[in-house]
Amino acid sequence: MSIELRNVTKQFGQVAAVSNVSFSVNEGELMALLGPSGGGKTTVLRMIAGLEVPTTGDIFIRGQRVNDLSVQERNIGFVFQNYALFKNMTVFKNIAFGLKIKKWKRADIKDRVHELLQLFGLEGLEKRYPHQLSGGQRQRVAIARALASKPSVLLLDEPFGAVDAKIRQELREWLVTLHHDLNVTTIFVTHDQEEALEVSNRIVIFSRGHLEQVGTPREVYETPANEFVARFIGVMNVLDAEVKGGVARVGELQFPAPGRRDGSKVRIGFRPYAVQISTDLTLYPYRAVLRHTFFLGIMLRLELELASGLILRSRMTKEEYAQLGLEDDREVSLQIRNFRILSSDTSALSPEQEVQHLMPPTIGEHI
Amino acid sequence: MSAPPSTTRRNQSQTHRQSRRGTEESPLVKWLLITVALSFCTVFLLLPLANVFVQALAKGWSFYVQSLTHPDSWAAIRLTLLVAAISVPINVVFGIAAAWCIAKFNFRGKSLLVTLIDLPFSVSPVVAGLMFVVLFGAQGFFGPWLEAHNIKIIFAVPGIVLATVFVTFPFVARELIPVMQATGTEQEQAALTLGASGWQTFWRVTLPSVKWGLIYGIILCNARAMGEFGAVSVVSGHITGLTDTMPLRVEKLYQEYNAPAAFAVASLLAVLALVTLGLKTLLEWKQARAYERALRDSR
Repeated sequence: MSIELRNVTKQFGQVAAVSNVSFSVNEGELMALLGPSGGGKTTVLRMIAGLEVPTTGDIFIRGQRVNDLSVQERNIGFVFQNYALFKNMTVFKNIAFGLKIKKWKRADIKDRVHELLQLFGLEGLEKRYPHQLSGGQRQRVAIARALASKPSVLLLDEPFGAVDAKIRQELREWLVTLHHDLNVTTIFVTHDQEEALEVSNRIVIFSRGHLEQVGTPREVYETPANEFVARFIGVMNVLDAEVKGGVARVGELQFPAPGRRDGSKVRIGFRPYAVQISTDLTLYPYRAVLRHTFFLGIMLRLELELASGLILRSRMTKEEYAQLGLEDDREVSLQIRNFRILSSDTSALSPEQEVQHLMPPTIGEHI
Repeated sequence: MSAPPSTTRRNQSQTHRQSRRGTEESPLVKWLLITVALSFCTVFLLLPLANVFVQALAKGWSFYVQSLTHPDSWAAIRLTLLVAAISVPINVVFGIAAAWCIAKFNFRGKSLLVTLIDLPFSVSPVVAGLMFVVLFGAQGFFGPWLEAHNIKIIFAVPGIVLATVFVTFPFVARELIPVMQATGTEQEQAALTLGASGWQTFWRVTLPSVKWGLIYGIILCNARAMGEFGAVSVVSGHITGLTDTMPLRVEKLYQEYNAPAAFAVASLLAVLALVTLGLKTLLEWKQARAYERALRDSR
């Protein structure tokens, strides 16, 4: 185990930025700390680095309790959101800084810096100053500097936040490759769920200082631990329904909810891809009108309005859209293939349910 | 809408010919303002300054050198250098400390500290001098105690240094605060994560990043330290050859109807002012050039 947090709380005045968080990171893992801004993820990262001190709880790095170790003694590499390169130093001196402080021999420093310059594709830039570099180059210098003295952990705060969208994609792929090559335990902070899903081995999800779930990208996407995670990871349709006779009803939609009390409120959640659409109005049980189509590249997002006024979101490829012969304001029939009951009273989620064959046959009467 | 198309076309071509921005003043106003500014500078700044040198050399070079090497004038020059050599470093240390805590920390009373730093700018130097007399003079607050321990502050060098430190107090801090605020604390945190101690971080990261602001502050501080008259005049006691600084010496010579000698010493102060200005311009030019080169290289 490379890093472990046990019941860590960080209080800023009256506000708990992080409350009672425990998780561990395995050696060589690429871990994402994900959550909306103000969720406490950066504070967690800074506590691991030693830039903040936990109010209560313990932090271990490679089995050693590091609470009382200073930043300098923790042997971590930290990459700041805006890189924090030394403006008055060249690329070479930036990368060499930590080695000089650690009193490496001159020749060794030179060798190590050149090794890093080569590894990071920065050859020929060693005499440049930070303001003479592009955003991507700056980030690579910052990571090279953090890795120079071979830290046991690499910590990155919003590593892709400060570059534009196109470079961001390249940098993501590059980070994955780099991590694969160096195999150093890496933790990065992001508020972008897509980024976390794409880049990391495992994700820790925070909201308002609480840990919501730890898991692989697949786990958090497919089996979210609670409503927050379900809504935060990917897009989800969420509807408030009321149970009557074992069926949760909202507008004309009906979802089987066996064992639930009559009159109890439940929240129904389903992914956009669970909404199936046909232009054959008799194929699926519900009727809706396609209100808007949003172009997202290969994928399209569809906004559908049911007769009762409920709005559902669906998603399909351009090809599927063309095959179906869809266009805005077209009347369609739809069904919801599977859904979850996101109960608000307990944090646990019910397992996903297949709906298709459970759909009450009486549904036609409602339309 | 009803205007014939030809009018519109003529208007367009006219605006095109003048190619003047809508916010720009008319040429007449522009040239008038430039003339006023330049003639003001000439009459009130350049002419008097030139006159200092003309008067100083009115009786020839040998008299000029004689005036400067006169034991009393020479003593004044040495005292001025001594006072500057003590008060400038004190204010550099204070200025860095004050700018640091104002730029990097949040604490109660921060705005009060910022206001206090500006105090010497708003208090008349004579009042500043009087404050020290009231504190340390023979009839002053600490007077009896100082006398009992045989320590002389007022009408002696320590008093002059104190007054000078007070008056030149804001220069370094004022220059550094905006620079340090703009730099932020991230670079220093980065240095810490790379293993640097607080002291190493200060010398290798903080100080180099505020280098130009600091040098600029020191130049201004030094110029004022050497040129201060009011506060120093109150605390010095005007003892010829002992507590006269250069500005005091100039005044004394002038009062003794020895105008050429007064102007000779004054010309030294004026040279100092010109050197200060020159250094300042050089610094700004070097910075601008470094910036341009950096821009060019990055393309």
